[in-house]
Amino acid sequence: MINSSLQTLSQMLADKQISSVELTQTFLDRIDALNPEINAYVALDKERSIAQAKAADARIAAGQAAPLTGIPIAQKDIFCAKGWPTTCGSKMLAHFVAPYDAHVISQFDAAGAVNLGKTNMDEFAMGSSNETSYFGGVKNPWDFTRVPGGSSGGSAAAVAARLCAAATGTDTGGSIRQPASLCGFTGLKPTYGVVSRYGMIAFASSLDQAGPMAKSAEDCALMMNVMAGFDERDSTSLNRKKEDYTRDLNKPLQGLKIGLPKEYFAEGLDINVGKVVMDAVAEYKKLGAEIVEISLPNNGLSIPVYYVLAPAEASSNLSRYDGVRYGYRTPEYTDLMDMYCKTRAEGFGAEVKRRILVGTYVLSAGYYDAYYLKAQKIRRLIAQDFVEAFKQCDVIMGPAAPSTAFKSGEKVDDPVAMYLEDLYTIAVNLAGLPGMSVPAGFSNGLPVGLQIIGNYFDEARMLNVAHQYQQATDWHLKMPEGLA
Amino acid sequence: MQWEVVIGLETHAQLQTNTKIFSGASTAFGAEPNTQACEVSIALPGVLPVLNKEAVNCAIKFGLAVNAEIAPRSVFARKNYFYPDLPKGYQISQYELPVVGKGEVTIQVPAVGKNSAYEKVIHITRAHLEEDAGKSVHGAVEGMSGIDLNRAGTPLLEIVTEPDMRSAAEAVAYAKKLHELVQWIGICDGNMQEGSFRCDVNVSVRPKGSDKLGTRREIKNLNSFKFMQQAIEFETRWQIETLEDGGTIQQATVLFNPDTGETRAMRSKEEANDYRYFPDPDLLPLEITEADKTRVKAEMPELPEAMKARFEAEYGLTAYDAATLTASRDLAAYFVATVQAGAEAKPAANWVMGTVSAKLNAEEKNIAESPVSAVQLASLLKRITDNTISNNAAKQVFEALWAGEGDVDAIIEAKGLKQVSDSGAIEAMIDEVLAANAAMVEEFKAGKEKAFNALVGQAMKASKGKANPAQVNEILKKKLTG
Amino acid sequence: MALTTEDIKKIAHLARIEVSDSDATSTLTKLMGILGLIEQMQAVDTTGIEPMSHSQDVVQRLREDEVCKPNLREAFQKIAPTLGNGSHEAAVDQGLYLVPKVIE
Repeated sequence: MINSSLQTLSQMLADKQISSVELTQTFLDRIDALNPEINAYVALDKERSIAQAKAADARIAAGQAAPLTGIPIAQKDIFCAKGWPTTCGSKMLAHFVAPYDAHVISQFDAAGAVNLGKTNMDEFAMGSSNETSYFGGVKNPWDFTRVPGGSSGGSAAAVAARLCAAATGTDTGGSIRQPASLCGFTGLKPTYGVVSRYGMIAFASSLDQAGPMAKSAEDCALMMNVMAGFDERDSTSLNRKKEDYTRDLNKPLQGLKIGLPKEYFAEGLDINVGKVVMDAVAEYKKLGAEIVEISLPNNGLSIPVYYVLAPAEASSNLSRYDGVRYGYRTPEYTDLMDMYCKTRAEGFGAEVKRRILVGTYVLSAGYYDAYYLKAQKIRRLIAQDFVEAFKQCDVIMGPAAPSTAFKSGEKVDDPVAMYLEDLYTIAVNLAGLPGMSVPAGFSNGLPVGLQIIGNYFDEARMLNVAHQYQQATDWHLKMPEGLA
Repeated sequence: MQWEVVIGLETHAQLQTNTKIFSGASTAFGAEPNTQACEVSIALPGVLPVLNKEAVNCAIKFGLAVNAEIAPRSVFARKNYFYPDLPKGYQISQYELPVVGKGEVTIQVPAVGKNSAYEKVIHITRAHLEEDAGKSVHGAVEGMSGIDLNRAGTPLLEIVTEPDMRSAAEAVAYAKKLHELVQWIGICDGNMQEGSFRCDVNVSVRPKGSDKLGTRREIKNLNSFKFMQQAIEFETRWQIETLEDGGTIQQATVLFNPDTGETRAMRSKEEANDYRYFPDPDLLPLEITEADKTRVKAEMPELPEAMKARFEAEYGLTAYDAATLTASRDLAAYFVATVQAGAEAKPAANWVMGTVSAKLNAEEKNIAESPVSAVQLASLLKRITDNTISNNAAKQVFEALWAGEGDVDAIIEAKGLKQVSDSGAIEAMIDEVLAANAAMVEEFKAGKEKAFNALVGQAMKASKGKANPAQVNEILKKKLTG
Repeated sequence: MALTTEDIKKIAHLARIEVSDSDATSTLTKLMGILGLIEQMQAVDTTGIEPMSHSQDVVQRLREDEVCKPNLREAFQKIAPTLGNGSHEAAVDQGLYLVPKVIE
C-alpha cells in the first residue's frame, strides 16, 4: 500500500477497501519507526492528522470526494499551516505556530487531503544537503551516511522512504529537483507564478516556486491539480485558466524533439551520472523522440548570477526576523541595537547569515550596479538562451545534479562546492521555466535523476514526457532495500 | 554679505483610502493599538503585498492636478532599514521610477510689510507612492517603547519639490497651497494634528548671486504652518550665523522644538544611511494607461487653476481676487453659492474675501463653519444693491446674522436700518441743513470744495445715517449749483 | 575587491547581525570565496541589456479598496516573543509590542 500510486489509493478509498484513518495511521506508524533515524519530519500532530482523516472519510462516505480526499501528504515546513509549528528549519522560528494558512495548505485542505506533518528542510531553504537545518540533517533513505539533497530534504526522504503518499517542496535554485535526483523520485518545479507563494516563507521572492514531490509523474500531475491556480493574494500569481495536468499523460511521444544542451554534459558532470542520463535519452529515442544538440551558452553564469540575486532578495526578506513581533528574541540585551544584533546572530545559522551578508553587500551603496544590476542583466541573457533553445526543441533534457548523493559533512564547510550542486537547475529558476527530475537509474547503487525542462506553462507536456518514460521503465518504482 | 536661503519641501500626504496600500486592513484613525494590524501589517512570515487601486487613483489625481507626467510604468522598490515601527525591515516605496514625474504648482505669496503680494511657480520634482510606518509609544512600560502597527501600511504620497523657494513665506505659501490642493481633489483629509499631512523642509543658505547650493539640513515632521515658518526662520538665521562665524554646515536631520522655537540635530547617531534600494520582487510594474487617466479625470472636480480662469472670465474678477477665492474648494463653493443665490459677483467677491474672511479668521473658523450662509449673504447683498440699506448698515446686519438674530429683512426692520430713498423727504431734509449751515454754503460758493463734503456729512447726520448717500450727493449738488 | 574584517563588521552592522572578531575572520574567508565566484560576471558585456526583475512580462494587479481584514490582535500577539532580560512574559503590553526604548 505504501508503494501505491495516488490514483490507486484514491480508488481504494472510494471502494472502501481502506479508510483514510487507516491509511494515515499506516504512514504515522512508519514515521514512528523510521523518522527517529531519518529525521524527515520536524513536526507531527497525530491527533490533527487523524481528525482530518476522519473528516475525509465522512466526505468520501457522502460521495463528495475529490481525487486527493483522504490522501496523507507531507508538507515542507516552509508553508504556514494554521495551528501547526512552522519553523522553516530555523531556530528563529523554532517555536513559531502559524496563525494562518498558506495558499498551498488551503488548497490541500479544500481537496480533503490529510496533513501528515511538516518536513525538515535547510534553514530558510538555503542549502543543497539539508545540513543547514536547525533541527539536524536528514538521512538519504538509499544510504544513511549520505545527504538527501536540499533544501526540500525532509520531503525528499519522506517520499523516498514511503513516509507519506506524496509531499510538497519548494524550489528556488533546485530545491525540488536536486533532492528528487538524489533520492530517486519525481519532482516538479512549475513555471514561476503557477503556484501561489502566499504563506510560503520567502527566501528569494522572484525565484521561489512550490511544486509536488511524488513517486511518479502521474502523482505529480494529480498534486499539481490541487496546488496550481490563481491566488489574488500573491501579486505574482498568474491569472490563467485552471488546467488538468493529467490531460496529456497518455499521449505518444512520436516526433518529440529533445534538446540536449552541450553545456550540461561538459566538465563538472560525474561520468557515471552522464551515462545514466544518456541511457534515458536512448530510451526516449526508442519511444519515438528525436534528439537535437542545443546550446545554453550562458549557463555557466547562472551560479554567479543566482548568488547575487538570491542573497540580495533574501537579505531583505529576512529582515522581518527582528525579535519584535514573533519568533526568537535573545534572552539578554542592553538596548534596541543590542537586541537586534544578538537576536539575529543567535537566531540564524551560519549559512543564512553568510547569505544575508552577501546580499547586504551586493546591494550596498557603490556596489549595486556592479553586482545586482549586472546580475539582472545577465539573468536576461540566461533566459534568452532558453527562448532560442525552445525554437529547436520541445523539451530540454540533462542531469538534474552533477553527481549522486554525497556524504554528510562532505561539503558543509565549503559553500562554493555546495553551490555547484545547482549547476543544472538554477538557470531554470532564473528564467522562471518549469523543470522536473525523473528517476533514470543508478550509479553505484545511488539514484540518478533525469532533468526535463519545458517551455513556460508546458507542465502538462513535461508530465506526459515523464509519464511515457515511466510506462516504459521501472526506475521510479525502485525503493531503498530494507525500508520496504 | 547678503545671504539667500534655498528651500525645498518633501511632503507626506496620507491618502484617503479605506484600506492600507498593500492589504485590506482598515486605515481609520484612533483605533485601539494593533487592532488594525493584519498579518500583512505585522509582516508575518509568508505574507505578500497587493496594491490598492484607490491609492493608485489618488496618485493619478495628484499628477493631473499639478500637470505632471504620469509614468506609464512605475516600479516599487524596497528601502531597507531596521526600526521597530517598520515590521518588514524595509519600506515599500518607489525609487528610480516614481508614479508622478515633473509638475508644477503656482503659489500666491501674501504681502508682507512693504513687499507686495506675488505669484510664483514651484516645480514638483516627483511624487511617489509608499507605505507609512507604525508608531512608537513611550512610557507605557518603564524603559520600553510600545509599538502600534495600526498605521503601518497606510498609503502615502510623498511629494518632492525642486529647491525653488527663497523664503519661509514662500515655503509656507507652497505648503498651504499643497495642503489645500490635496483636499480639493479629495486624496487627503489634510488633518495635520493626526499626521495626515507632514512636511520635511530642506534648508540651505548661500551668498546671494551664487548658483551653487549650500549644504542642507532637513527639518523633519513639521505639523503646523506656524511651526514651519518659525523653524525655517530659526534655521536660516542659525546657518547664516554659523557661516559668518567661520563655521561649516554639516548635512543633518534636525527636529524643531515648538517650546523653544529652535531646531536641533537628531540625537540618534547619524550613521551613514545605506538603504540598499532594489525593485520589490513581490510586486510587478505598475502600469497606468491613457484610459486610466481619462477615467480618473472624469471623477475629478474642477481644478483651482481652471476655476480661477473661469471666475475671471465669467464674473469679471481680477486675477488676484479669482486666485484668492479659489485658494480653497470650500471658499470657492461659498462664493459660487452666494452668486447663484442672486448676489452680484463683484460685491460678493469683496464680501467673501473681506468681511466674511476677516470674521472667520478672528474666530478661527473655516468657511464651512460660517454661521452666515451663502444664501443669507446673498440676501444681504441684494439689500445693498436695491438701496434698502447702506454699506455701513450692511455691516451691522452681517454682525447680527453672525450672531443668529434672524433673517436679513427682519434684522433691517428690527434695527431700523432701512435707508431713506424718498427724494421728497431727502430734499426737505437738505433744505433744513442748508438753512442751518449758511456759512458752509457761502464757503462752498466761494470755491471751497471741502465744504461740500462737510454738508454731505451734516445731511447724513441729520438722517441718522439712513439717507441714501448717492441721493444726498445728487440733490445737494443740484441745490448748490443749480 | 579585497574585503577586510572591518568591512565584514560594517556589513554585519547594516544587517544587524552581531559578529565577534573571530567570526569576522572566518566569515571573511568564506565570503571571499563566494565573491570570487560572483566575480565571473564582470567579464560579461551587458551593454544595452535590460535588467530582468521578473520572469513574466506582466503588470501589477490592483485590489479593490475594501476592508477585509478582521482584528486578529489576540491571535497574533499569542505568538509574540518572550520579553527577555529575566522575564518570561510575552513582549506585549496593552496591545502594544514591547521593545527597548526607542531614542530619536
